Amino acid sequence: MTDFSEAPRYARRTILKSAVAGGLLGLGLGSFPFPAFADANAKDWPADAFKHKSEADTLKALYGKTAEASDKVSLDVPEIAENGAVVPIAVASTLPKVTGIAILVLENPNVLAAAYKIPDGTQASVANRLKMAKTSKVVAVVESDGKLYSAAKEVKVTVGGCGG
Amino acid sequence: MASTIRVRAVISGDTTEVQSLIRHPMDSGFVKDSKGQLIPAHHIEVLQFEHGGKTVFTALWGPAVSKDPYVKFSFKGGKKGDDLKVSWVDNKGASDSLMAKIQ
Repeated sequence: MTDFSEAPRYARRTILKSAVAGGLLGLGLGSFPFPAFADANAKDWPADAFKHKSEADTLKALYGKTAEASDKVSLDVPEIAENGAVVPIAVASTLPKVTGIAILVLENPNVLAAAYKIPDGTQASVANRLKMAKTSKVVAVVESDGKLYSAAKEVKVTVGGCGG
Repeated sequence: MASTIRVRAVISGDTTEVQSLIRHPMDSGFVKDSKGQLIPAHHIEVLQFEHGGKTVFTALWGPAVSKDPYVKFSFKGGKKGDDLKVSWVDNKGASDSLMAKIQ
């Protein structure tokens, strides 16, 4: 009687064990030779940096330092944006060793709009479209050789793009 | 279903210029619907471009990026016919990816 019931239980445990081992082995192999392409990972998103209301707090959260104004950061914005929901904004820089670009809209509910990571080999230039709640100063921040440099311009918004 | 990602990567000299458009509501969380209820924030958090086993560009986006977002950047080291992978993930955990060729 006991022999009869022990046998399948043992068999099942063996199957479970080998399944766990197989799973681990699969993971090990998967992460070693074929990581050619990975997917965007939400863990990379700096949630804290997107919550701040001031330029200084945002830069502290994002980069841990403050920025100084530089004429080597160029910020291309429209003088007047008729539709605050879609404001074309471009940032470029001639500074060396650029590793990051951030765009802040100071009058938006949370000032950080977008941040970009610029690896070696990628140019210090990005264009995008942002929402602006109302007329506001827009600040472009460039991280170059471990330091932050910024440029700012005012954009007049005729119809806000954040309210309802 | 058609991909949410449209991408155009064109090489000129040693530089590949990438332009991408993504279909996404990018709800800010501050807009009310017709019944006066706030539409919760729904936006892409991370958009990544990879070429040759290396990330060439990462966008970290908040809800202030416009609906159906557009982005343009350039990188060196691409060749005509190379694969460029685009992928994104949003704050609700949805994601999409696309493999494009450099033209």
